[in-house]
Amino acid sequence: MPREITYREALREGLDEELAHDDNVVIIGEEVAEYNGAYKVTEGLWKKWGDKRVIDAPISEAGFIGMGIGASMLGIRPVMELMFYSFAYVAFDQMMNNAATCRYMSGGLINVPIVVRGPANGGTNVGATHSHTPENIFANMPGLKVVSPSDPYDVKGLIKSSIRDNDPVYFMESTVLYGMAGEVPSNDELDEGELIVPIGKAKVKREGADISLIAHGRAVVSSLAAADILAEKYNINAEVLDLRSIRPLDEQAIMETVRKTHRAVYVEENKPFCGIGAQVSSMIMEQAFDDLDAPVLRITSADAPAFYSPPIEKLQLPTPEEIVERSLTIC
Amino acid sequence: MASKTQSKTTAEFADDPINASLTADDKIELLRKMVRIRRFEQTSLKHYHAGSIGGFLHLYIGQESVAVGSISLLGDHDHVITAYRDHGHALAVGMTMDECMAEVFGKKTGCSKGKGGSMHYFAPDKNYWGGHGIVGGQTPLGAGLAFGVKYLGQKGCCLCYLGDGAINQGAFHEALNLAALWDLPVIFIIENNGYSMGTSQVRSSAHPEEGLAARAQGYNMDWAQIDGVSVYEIRAGVNKAVLRAHEESRPTLLEIKTYRHKGHSVADANAEKYRTKEEIQEHMAEHDPIDFWKSTLIGEGVITEDDYKQINKEAGAEADAAAEFAIKSPFPDESEIFDDIYWEVDNNTEAGRTGRHFFHG
Ligand SMILES: Cc1ncc(C[n+]2csc(CCOP(=O)(O)OP(=O)(O)O)c2C)c(N)n1
Ligand SMILES: [Mg+2]
Repeated sequence: MPREITYREALREGLDEELAHDDNVVIIGEEVAEYNGAYKVTEGLWKKWGDKRVIDAPISEAGFIGMGIGASMLGIRPVMELMFYSFAYVAFDQMMNNAATCRYMSGGLINVPIVVRGPANGGTNVGATHSHTPENIFANMPGLKVVSPSDPYDVKGLIKSSIRDNDPVYFMESTVLYGMAGEVPSNDELDEGELIVPIGKAKVKREGADISLIAHGRAVVSSLAAADILAEKYNINAEVLDLRSIRPLDEQAIMETVRKTHRAVYVEENKPFCGIGAQVSSMIMEQAFDDLDAPVLRITSADAPAFYSPPIEKLQLPTPEEIVERSLTIC
Repeated sequence: MASKTQSKTTAEFADDPINASLTADDKIELLRKMVRIRRFEQTSLKHYHAGSIGGFLHLYIGQESVAVGSISLLGDHDHVITAYRDHGHALAVGMTMDECMAEVFGKKTGCSKGKGGSMHYFAPDKNYWGGHGIVGGQTPLGAGLAFGVKYLGQKGCCLCYLGDGAINQGAFHEALNLAALWDLPVIFIIENNGYSMGTSQVRSSAHPEEGLAARAQGYNMDWAQIDGVSVYEIRAGVNKAVLRAHEESRPTLLEIKTYRHKGHSVADANAEKYRTKEEIQEHMAEHDPIDFWKSTLIGEGVITEDDYKQINKEAGAEADAAAEFAIKSPFPDESEIFDDIYWEVDNNTEAGRTGRHFFHG
């Protein structure tokens, strides 16, 4: 029986292993240490690793993320937690100007091996200020990497490769996924002795021949549920491709699934305007136009700030039902 | 020339152990550095007007003593980071005129291969971390360099320079709080040249009567105000902060009073409108840090007027040669546009080869 742990536990395990793997890894963020993490992701790590390696920061995102960027130039590997990715906007200058461009402007003399991680999702009735999904905004900036894991296996493997990566990686999680359980082999079950998932490699989460549901983050989970409905009710066999990282992007995997099914839908919890689906569908049009039997569809969050009222907010995000309904229009 | 009170205090500062230990050669070297910075900038200005240099050019003329005096105190584990008025700090840490001049000319041989320009010089091998164009944006990085030094268990510090206008940025206050809260060995140096572009310091900052650095009191941080005309005074004042950083791992906020002779940047058409010609004249004639140091050294019998002329001549020749080097150097190749963005791509690692990193075309 393979081991099952939650997304939260898998993430914590990844962080813990990297603290052990490299003395220069340091976790910094609001409530990450003594409080055990606002979402308990870092629970127990301060107790285990102490004040030097796991540090509670004041509510000062521009300050502590900028500080992390400066420290990373000296070879420290700061893993900064944002309590919500929405708060990245108060650190925007540091994250966009300093982390992303110092390498370029120094002609390659500097690199910034920082990870900024935290939940970037809507759907939890916390209003617009706490529900931003900025993966498209950060992926727009060359020099940055954006990772968006959708299951426990990936979140562990990807946090480890993100921390080892020598470029800035913005790691976007989902509070909705933290409690989700899934198979994550323990290290002694693995030939390599540890679980590493490379950044830039998509994963086919469900094989199918009739239509491709391409997604990232929690939209992958919704797409898998939609695929079940499509199969059961409509005898449509959907393939679900999880991009896992936005930048770098596994373009090859996208084109492969499109060439296989000839129909593509991009599903995301991001907004539509210049969202990830806009980028991906444009690439599909340019590179696989002749393989398409139907226009590429995009299913996104409603193009409005997040609604607080719980029953209404639910309708703003892509649901399996909406994915099914829209998919049927091109099948 | 210095006023009487200044020369009195100068004598006191000259006796500070950190200055008393300077040899004649050390003192000449400090002069040479300041003169080299000035000649470098005068030469770059000439070529800017000739149309060889693009964008902004923020000259440090009048402020040379600040970078040269403070950086002369640093050792192996001490770091420097500053804003866009960065030529002086760059030459003070030992970057060459050639690489700095070629950078403003946008040439491949520039310190940043033509990718950074005047505002973005870097030399990590000399512990020099830029050159930053966003006002105040470098201050959390300065705290981070100090964090790094401390984390690695080294005895060192970071000198983080900023302007008098930058002190009103939120990021700076966050950096001050973190530095004091976490005992970071960082020294924030406000180079108070009286203006942020065309806005005088009195029109931009609310602060305690004692000066800008006194804001540090709110963060329980040590602070001091230093007159920037005298290299002795700068070295004596900054050294206290360096010792505090090295020995106690405590930060300091310093305000060094200085003056920029030129406009905010070369493009500043109003350089003589928001301040009077007389004010500029007075600073150039009576408070110029190079004149002051030169007279100090002549007064001490360390150099003669002729020695100074020779230093000036050599620096001018070096700057001209740097311009010649820059002019002769090739522009970067178009193929370099996609270099130096991702470390992993540049180093052709497995990670750098996985997935698509660039999306144009
Ligand atoms: C965030 C930001 N706002 C505005 C500017 C435009 N700007 C560049 S320098 C400057 C004045 C800064 O003055 P000060 O901090 O005193 O430094 P000084 O130029 O005197 O060295 C301004 C407004 C900028 N580069 N960044
Ligand atoms: Mg100023």
